[in-house]
Amino acid sequence: MYNFASGPLVWIAFIVFVGGMVYQFVTLLRSAKKDKVIYPYMSAKYGLRSLLHWLIPFATTNMRLRYETTIVTFAFHLCLILVPIFLTAHVAMVSFGWGAKWGTLSDGAADWLTILVVLAAVFFLVRRWMLPEVRFVTNPSDYLLLAIAAAPFITGFMAHKQWFDYETMVVIHMISGAVMLMAIPFTRLSHMLFFPFTRAYMGSEFGAVRHVKDW
Amino acid sequence: MEQAAQEKLNDAWDWEIPSKLVADLDDWREQFSEVQELVVSQDGERIAAIVKADDALTVCVNGDTWTSTFEKAWALHFGPDGRLACIVMNDDEWTVAQEDEPWEERYDYVWNLRFSPDGSGVAANIRTSDGYGVVLNGEPWDAKFLQMRSCEISPDGLSVAGNVQLEALSEGDIFTFRKGLWGLAVNGEPWDAHFLNVWDSVFSDDGAKVAAEVRIEPGLQTIAVNGVPWPETFRAVWQPIFVPGSHDVVAPGLAAGAWKLLMNGKPLWNRSFAQVWHQTFSPDRQRLAAVVASSFGRWTIAVDGDAWKTTFGDAVLPPVFSPNGRRVAAVVKENNRWTIAVDGIPWPEDFDMVWDPVFSPDGGIVAARAVQGKEFYMVLNGKVISLGCAKLWDPVFSPDGSQLLLKAIEFGRLYRKVVPIKQLLA
Amino acid sequence: MGSPAMKLPELPIVGDPGLDENAKNLTPERIAEVINRVIDRETAARFRVYMNTCVHCGLCSDACHWFLSNDRDPRFSPVGKVKQTVWEMLRKKGRVDPDFIKDCSRIAQTECNMCRRCSMYCQVGIDVAYMLLTVRRICHELEMVPQFMQDTVNSHAVTLNQMWVKQDEWIDTLQWQEEEAKSEVVTARIPLDKEGADIFYSVIAPEPKILAQLIGNMAQIMAVAKIDWTMPSFDGWDNSNMAMYSGDFETMGRVERAHHEAALKLKVKRIVMGECGHAFRGAVYDGPKWLGWLEPPVPVIHAVDFYHELITSGRIKIAKKFDEPVTVQEPCNIVRGRGLGAKLREIIHATCSDFRPPEPSFEHNYCCGAGGGVINCGPPWKTSRVKGNSVKAEQLAATKAHIIITPCHNCHSGIEDIISGYKLGMHVKFFSEILMETMEIPDELRAE
Repeated sequence: MYNFASGPLVWIAFIVFVGGMVYQFVTLLRSAKKDKVIYPYMSAKYGLRSLLHWLIPFATTNMRLRYETTIVTFAFHLCLILVPIFLTAHVAMVSFGWGAKWGTLSDGAADWLTILVVLAAVFFLVRRWMLPEVRFVTNPSDYLLLAIAAAPFITGFMAHKQWFDYETMVVIHMISGAVMLMAIPFTRLSHMLFFPFTRAYMGSEFGAVRHVKDW
Repeated sequence: MEQAAQEKLNDAWDWEIPSKLVADLDDWREQFSEVQELVVSQDGERIAAIVKADDALTVCVNGDTWTSTFEKAWALHFGPDGRLACIVMNDDEWTVAQEDEPWEERYDYVWNLRFSPDGSGVAANIRTSDGYGVVLNGEPWDAKFLQMRSCEISPDGLSVAGNVQLEALSEGDIFTFRKGLWGLAVNGEPWDAHFLNVWDSVFSDDGAKVAAEVRIEPGLQTIAVNGVPWPETFRAVWQPIFVPGSHDVVAPGLAAGAWKLLMNGKPLWNRSFAQVWHQTFSPDRQRLAAVVASSFGRWTIAVDGDAWKTTFGDAVLPPVFSPNGRRVAAVVKENNRWTIAVDGIPWPEDFDMVWDPVFSPDGGIVAARAVQGKEFYMVLNGKVISLGCAKLWDPVFSPDGSQLLLKAIEFGRLYRKVVPIKQLLA
Repeated sequence: MGSPAMKLPELPIVGDPGLDENAKNLTPERIAEVINRVIDRETAARFRVYMNTCVHCGLCSDACHWFLSNDRDPRFSPVGKVKQTVWEMLRKKGRVDPDFIKDCSRIAQTECNMCRRCSMYCQVGIDVAYMLLTVRRICHELEMVPQFMQDTVNSHAVTLNQMWVKQDEWIDTLQWQEEEAKSEVVTARIPLDKEGADIFYSVIAPEPKILAQLIGNMAQIMAVAKIDWTMPSFDGWDNSNMAMYSGDFETMGRVERAHHEAALKLKVKRIVMGECGHAFRGAVYDGPKWLGWLEPPVPVIHAVDFYHELITSGRIKIAKKFDEPVTVQEPCNIVRGRGLGAKLREIIHATCSDFRPPEPSFEHNYCCGAGGGVINCGPPWKTSRVKGNSVKAEQLAATKAHIIITPCHNCHSGIEDIISGYKLGMHVKFFSEILMETMEIPDELRAE
């Protein structure tokens, strides 16, 4: 099982992830043609201007309305991307397989950032329960997506700390990581792919066409 | 006007005098407290305006005022036969005045003044205490309607059609409206069929048929000919035209998100467009051109289904054929600059505004008036050939094509000039 | 989990024959056919991507005056409205019942102003108003449009204007207003069908119908500024377009085409339109887009832009500033929709000595609650409309202004309703009314 999870499953996950993203991207470009205004309205300048504002914490009005949500959202997304890429164990695995190498996070830092992701996930969960406007639009799938995103971190942390049976935990961790990767292109986690485009389009429409800012 | 009739008329014009002062408009401005918009006859021999003298309105033609005066007057036009007409009012009664002769019958209101191509028929919409209708050459329809919103005159000038409301509708009554309250009345006789809407209509050359855009269901439009809708329906249609000399009807229709040009309901050209309208037949009836958007935001002219390669971003105005039908030109606009494209090739010069192209009889030369800054210029084959002047009207080629008639206001005066083409091109 | 567990108070039931009667003609088959056809054939990338990108975070909620004014009731949040309409349609693959469509029409037509403030609050840039406009399109295709709104669209379809104005009434009104204007400014005219004029001035139908003096005012302003202008005697003079908001895009296209064709026929260089916001959106964005133009064929200038030009160029001089305390309702369609906020402020400062800025302001200002066709849904929906914008009342009251300048007809009427609904004791004015009070009329132009 360990061999499958650390070998073929990783390959399958990455192929599905990359293939899925490419598929979604191509479909996006195609259907954007049918939506007649998209290409004519798109503007690199205003698209990037909007993206930049929405990638800087507190640079937009709405971000300043809710400091806690903004901080947690940025921390969550940042760690979600950085931890898996710069985790010593992950880099070692890649380096073992392909020889490529890059900088790594210290174990302590990785632990804290992982805890941050999990706490952020808990924050989102509580937010879904507590705020009527969020609870009203929450589907079971929203909990599932949150679980899919948090699971690799929880299981990774447990494996690292050798809670329960290490080998089982590592396998569960790998499976959860694979599930997340494969889920990204085909669920609403695809906002990872679509975000720059929806943001850039809105930025273009506001900036280039309507001559106003969108933040 | 029919091309042959126009040529015959042009022939009778004075093509000898090179330049003639028609009227001194500065005098008018001194004489009258108000001089409204100027109109000039086709042959350039007469200029007229509604003017105010002693608190009453009248019409001044070449410096002479009409004997009739009016409390209100508007829509002053030279008809295609050169007769001057406008809509006038005294004592809250409206009528049409032609050459200082107001029509006898008066109405509560008159509007939509229309001329037949040879000018023999002059018609307008009227409102009377009995309802809405039409007056043609001073003779009103017997039939009156709850409302009427158009006045379409037949090529022979003998018939008039217009969309009419057939049943009363109280405010907010969407359910009665849904039954279809609109029809088309031809010479006072409404079609048997009624529709949610009837929009623009057109007569066949012989005046026997009328085609109109109609809406039969909220989401379904088509063309009805003499009240009979095409069996094919579309999401939208635009104004139809008759194939000259026949009863076939050509109109644009929208289906499955694409616009097609249709004849009698069936696709005429084998391709669709992002938009198609203003379809126009050549004088010899052999060719059909239309304004099309070949893709979203790019406009051009398609002739017999083939779009010009050059496209324009802002606008393309209705196509104009040369008299022999071989060439097509249209006013085009790109980056907020106007020019003219002939057979797909735009003139290199552009303008603040340009009017419809006028072809020489053999089609070899294209003339148009244009505005640059505050002044008008005459443009020939893309080259500015005149000095700037305060106002220009459309040029007219002499029947043999050797001379160009220009009507220009210079230094506050209207001059009628006949200039040899050779001189202009040199 | 999720919404079913939420207990929310019943919303008052509003009777509207356009929905109640027409719902009786609906069959599940027809509903499913229309929903699937509109979604499959009439939407593309944006709709699909927005559905796949929304993470249901609810962060758009604070953008919406309906949500803020209804005690943060989640049914009024932007995403809450999408959930109650689009999500359900997709989840059930269009197999929803007539009552559901009735609710959709209520939500999309009467509880969303298409103001697009939420677009500036959504983290990922989802155009929620576009989603709800798609719902309106579906409701239109099912003939489930509130009665007064449908009646307005019927007027557009018949007359190409918004208020059943007959052709003779239109011209007659212009001629009457020309006389009125002449009694103030001797050179004032309303030149009809003047080919080659610099400007075609277009208005919305309520002007000739009930506010004719605004046209007379404009004739005076044009005369003082010595503008070469015209108005058409034929259809196409009305720049308003409720069909754009009812989802009847075919009628919208016809109305917009008439407007632009009028400009092309008159050979004008620009269209200047009166103080109306939605009309600007229709004439500049939605109309041209449907017809195949990326931009309008003849540039369209909003009145605010035009007044700015007249004042800054010195064509109009201000004799004496208006000195009562004023504030402004910034119309969504020209401020958030066109960035005219700064110019609007400049012309107010040029004409008024005591300006009280609203907060929030500029593109973040709240909608008047009337826009997006909501006020056109008529008296049955007035109570919910006014209730749905208490934040606007609070915002205006806080300025302590006496006069609210509203350079938009919908804002004008909507703010009037807010003023009377919340007893604010304020008054609304179009900017042109301020200009009429402050503009210098040279002696030689002044009628005796």
